[in-house]
Amino acid sequence: MNAPFAPPPQSLASQSLASEPVVRVRGLSRRFTAKGVLNGVDLDIRRGEFVALLGRSGCGKSTLLRALARLDHEAEGGGEIVVPERRSVVFQDARLLPWKRVLDNVVLGLGGADAQARGVRALLEVELPGREDSWPYELSGGEQQRVALARSLVREPEVLLADEPFGALDALTRIRMHALLKRLSEAHRPAVLLVTHDVDEAIELAHRVVILEQGRVAADIAVDLPPEDPERSVRFAALRRQLLGRLGVAEREPTSHPAEPGDRHDPTA
Amino acid sequence: MRAHSPALSTAVLERPTAPAPALRPTAAAAPPRPVRRLGVPPADPLGWLLGPALLLLVWTLGSMSGLVDARVLPAPWATASTALDLIREGRLQANLAISAWRAAQGLAFGVAAGVLVALASGLSLWGGYVFDGLVQVKRSIPTLALIPLLILWFGIGETMKVTAIAISAFIPIYLNTHAALRGIETRYVELAETLGLGRWAFVRQVVLPGALPGFLLGLRFAVMAAWLALVVVEQLNATSGIGYMINLARTYAQSDIIVVGLVVYALLGLTSDLAVRQIETRALGWRRTFGR
Repeated sequence: MNAPFAPPPQSLASQSLASEPVVRVRGLSRRFTAKGVLNGVDLDIRRGEFVALLGRSGCGKSTLLRALARLDHEAEGGGEIVVPERRSVVFQDARLLPWKRVLDNVVLGLGGADAQARGVRALLEVELPGREDSWPYELSGGEQQRVALARSLVREPEVLLADEPFGALDALTRIRMHALLKRLSEAHRPAVLLVTHDVDEAIELAHRVVILEQGRVAADIAVDLPPEDPERSVRFAALRRQLLGRLGVAEREPTSHPAEPGDRHDPTA
Repeated sequence: MRAHSPALSTAVLERPTAPAPALRPTAAAAPPRPVRRLGVPPADPLGWLLGPALLLLVWTLGSMSGLVDARVLPAPWATASTALDLIREGRLQANLAISAWRAAQGLAFGVAAGVLVALASGLSLWGGYVFDGLVQVKRSIPTLALIPLLILWFGIGETMKVTAIAISAFIPIYLNTHAALRGIETRYVELAETLGLGRWAFVRQVVLPGALPGFLLGLRFAVMAAWLALVVVEQLNATSGIGYMINLARTYAQSDIIVVGLVVYALLGLTSDLAVRQIETRALGWRRTFGR
């Protein structure tokens, strides 16, 4: 569970071919939910696999995530969902209880005599040592979201569901959070489903990008970038263009705008 | 993206150590027009005392100049010496103790009942169906209008008085606690669901602390309502208490004693409100804006 060193992506790919998916969705449909509908979604996520879910507003991204989190009590629809009991959700807002100190937020609902010690360790992992007794309002937005991440990971989830977790953060904090989430997911190896509308974030973090369109999976694209740079940047830009194209956003011509991977586009704009 | 992000973060870390000189204003030809402050500046914590102090001043001046007839309103110093006499005789303390005990009893019963019914009504669908409508009906009848009925049921003794105070305190406690319980944000409910909290843990860790601000607000209203009800029930055939003292003074036209009684009521109201606010500050330390 606690693999201290992440295996390189190549061995992960071969390994995941053999292992059974942790999350299995077949023919999932949802109607009349506030945030969109689903029309027969199929999706598998394996252990240690990081899947980013892209799509325009109202395409059903959040509906799918809420269905997997079993939060859609009132929803109508059918289909099959297999999802482990040990799952954690990270929301767009950190959603810390304001009346509980940071450590109590992390270990909320956690049983066992060593819960406190595990909470302290989780806070250490998200680089917030010594903040156990702070009130949530004393933390910055990025720090709050790191506490939320610690609260999710301290449960050792088999699947981590994240609903635009960095959407409310500023660009610099987001870059740091990307690195942190990447490191933590490689160390703990849950199956990850990250809902986002940020194409760069999806490519940066995920092994696979799934595009949802009108409640259906429209594309399922493996992210297999080489580790070294000149080539990586080129492939990154190409993949980005491909994804933006699938999302119906035409990017400016590379001739008039030399490839500048640091430049962020909002695909929903 | 990845290739560029390390460069970006180093650039961010290298903070300039000296302020950039270009930021200083260079052209000093015309003095800049000052920006007029339109908002109210922050208040001094003791500023509210000015109004009462002015009232005292007007009262003193009126009595000294003879503009205010001592039979209508006795002078401040006369009132103070009457208060001292009443304390020396022990009448003020005895009546105050009785009044405070009535209010405390009524408040205790009212708060306990208000919290219990609000929990039953706020935490379960059926409890809400049963109790909430009832309380809304009761709310539309002023408690003081129930006093004739309470006298018929309980007589004119302590039971009637404490019951009337308790009912008065019950309503604001119930309303505010119930609203706070029902107003727990859906996002916290969802969070508790995803964390796998049980029903009891959810109530204890999420609902009750979340409803505490509402309850404490209700408590402040309840304390005020209890004093109000106390004043009214002590006018009714009481044989002790501050209200009785005031009523008796009216019979003998002792306006100084009436004023002493009113001042005591004011002090009781103010100190008890202050006490509840102290409780709030301690219990709600997690709220950033608290105590402003």
